Amino acid sequence: MSALFALFIRDLRLAIRVGGGAWMGVLFFLIVVALVPFAIGPDNALLRRIGPAILWLGALLASLLTLDQLFADDREDGSLDLILMGSAPLPLAILAKAFAHWLTAGLPLVVAAPLLGVFFNIDLLSMAAVALTLLAGTPALTFLRLIGAALAAALRRGGLLVPVLILPLTIPVLIFGVAASNAAIVGPVPFGTPFTILCALSLASLVVGPVAAAAALKHAD
Amino acid sequence: MQLSVADLTCRRGGRELFSGLSFSLAAGEALVVTGRNGSGKSSLLRLIGGLLRADGGRISLKGGNTEASIGEQAHYLGHQDALKPSLTVQENLRFWSAYLGPAENPSERALERLGLGELADLPAAYLSAGQRRRLSLARLITVHRPLWLLDEPASPLDAEGQVRLADLMHLHLTRGGLILAAAHGSIGLAATQELKLGVVP
Amino acid sequence: MMAKNHRLHAETPGPKKLPMAITDLANPSRFLTVVRPILPWLTAAAALMLALGLSQVFAAPDDYQQGATVKIMFLHVPSAWLGMFCWALMSVAALGTLVWRHPLADVAGKAAAPIGAAFTLLCLITGALWGRPMWGTYWVWDARLTSVLILFLLYLGVIALWRTVEDPSRAARAAAILTLVGAVNLPIIKFSVDWWNTLHQPASVFRLAGPAIHPAILTPLIVVAISFMLLFVTLHLAAMRNEILRRRVRTLQLMQAERAAE
Repeated sequence: MSALFALFIRDLRLAIRVGGGAWMGVLFFLIVVALVPFAIGPDNALLRRIGPAILWLGALLASLLTLDQLFADDREDGSLDLILMGSAPLPLAILAKAFAHWLTAGLPLVVAAPLLGVFFNIDLLSMAAVALTLLAGTPALTFLRLIGAALAAALRRGGLLVPVLILPLTIPVLIFGVAASNAAIVGPVPFGTPFTILCALSLASLVVGPVAAAAALKHAD
Repeated sequence: MQLSVADLTCRRGGRELFSGLSFSLAAGEALVVTGRNGSGKSSLLRLIGGLLRADGGRISLKGGNTEASIGEQAHYLGHQDALKPSLTVQENLRFWSAYLGPAENPSERALERLGLGELADLPAAYLSAGQRRRLSLARLITVHRPLWLLDEPASPLDAEGQVRLADLMHLHLTRGGLILAAAHGSIGLAATQELKLGVVP
Repeated sequence: MMAKNHRLHAETPGPKKLPMAITDLANPSRFLTVVRPILPWLTAAAALMLALGLSQVFAAPDDYQQGATVKIMFLHVPSAWLGMFCWALMSVAALGTLVWRHPLADVAGKAAAPIGAAFTLLCLITGALWGRPMWGTYWVWDARLTSVLILFLLYLGVIALWRTVEDPSRAARAAAILTLVGAVNLPIIKFSVDWWNTLHQPASVFRLAGPAIHPAILTPLIVVAISFMLLFVTLHLAAMRNEILRRRVRTLQLMQAERAAE
């Protein structure tokens, strides 16, 4: 247990130190969201209608940014070998890294989302609902991305490979995330149904992601 | 405690590095693996540490913890030092001793023994290659693991660092440890066995 | 690698191309000795001016159309000016970095970025609060607002760049290039956004025909602007001092590591 906690704390520290890039995801999120109105024009009614979808897409793309480095850095400097030789079960070690990553890259997106909602004139209550869907859904994104990050580290191919592998897997999360957000803002579907499915997706990926990532890393060589 | 390797075969990238490799190593013994580049020295160490899968043969460690794998009872020192440049010297060592742990020695003492005591609060980014290697050697003495797998441990070290390394290895052997080191030349230990790879056994 | 780092030692004297007085001040040690006694006075002056400006703002008449909400303008407009001024200052510092390779220019550029970002953010927030009673929403995708938002994003980009690269002299050159490209690009962005959409009122203070607002409003605005300027200078000098000290600590640490290696 203390081994996993040490790994968690180390990854948190690395993320907030120089070069860690903890805020890079939020910055990217902000820029992606700010770009959309330039592309579709300053139509307030339209922006208000598609606002939740834009926020979800922005969060999806922003969480792509930093994750492919999650294992690649450890692989390059030799840390991954030692993590594999620890007595902690590998899926749990991966889970500790994933939690640290979500805290520094996923949670800031959830916090930033209500502020960005101002740009789309979404009222505060609806914005809180969108933030709640992001809070429930971004862990699923992180856990699914783990698989891609592990594959990229195992194959020693980073860059665009991870998004290509993993984006299709995140489609269900996007569907139910946007559905729950829209349900909160315009209805007519109740908010609870898609939101519960979203939570279920997060919990399922919490199990599948680390196990699959561990398998990918173990068979790396 | 005894490490036995029987009939080990390793293929990498479609090429057979070695096959039918057998040796055994008892407590307090060191084995130096030599051979030209690409002869499979590093691969042999990684195989024993469980970081690679063998294409045949058996590796066993008798007399150790039966619940744990060989990897969990071994320290591995590879070509990289497994350090994070943005963490301090102390933070780097503390992390590995907690992760590989239970710690046997406090990290301060290990740093002192490797001559890094003054640098404990500096970011690891500021260290030279030799200092980095010493920091990763400090890992070996904060957490006790009976088998040491050292891949060219002395290469970035200066003369003084090599002496410290030899001292550490000597102490480990006298306490009943096992050392398997890949090296091009001598590693500064008096009595060692040698295994030469790249020649048909 | 470590031997090369000596160039970014904070004590490096400036090249002799500049006039003597500036060169003296540009020496980081001299800079520190000059700044240390000035800083408390500057702080006091900024606080005094700000108090004076705000009291004048309270006394200023309400607008016949906008009522008391017009007073947000007294914070909004000076922060917009400062947000833009700060980028201009960073561009000059960037020239100093690239042309004269001056360590103090790096420090000036790095210290200015977060302050400029803060003023720009203040401008955005006050603008949103002003927009709510005027336009009925906190935010419209109007040309003015949008170009200030882009300025804010550019600031965040420069800050992110400084935070990503550990070696200050390498980061300085990259940030300087980014700052200058931003300086060239900002007018272009501004014009393109102007064509894209506009709702914001046109400039009313700086125009060829002279200011179009009443002196009762103009005077407090100028006083607040001056106090913001003083605030900026105070913060900037303090931030530069901190950055110089931070670099000295880094240099000392590098020397310590090197000494231990001998």
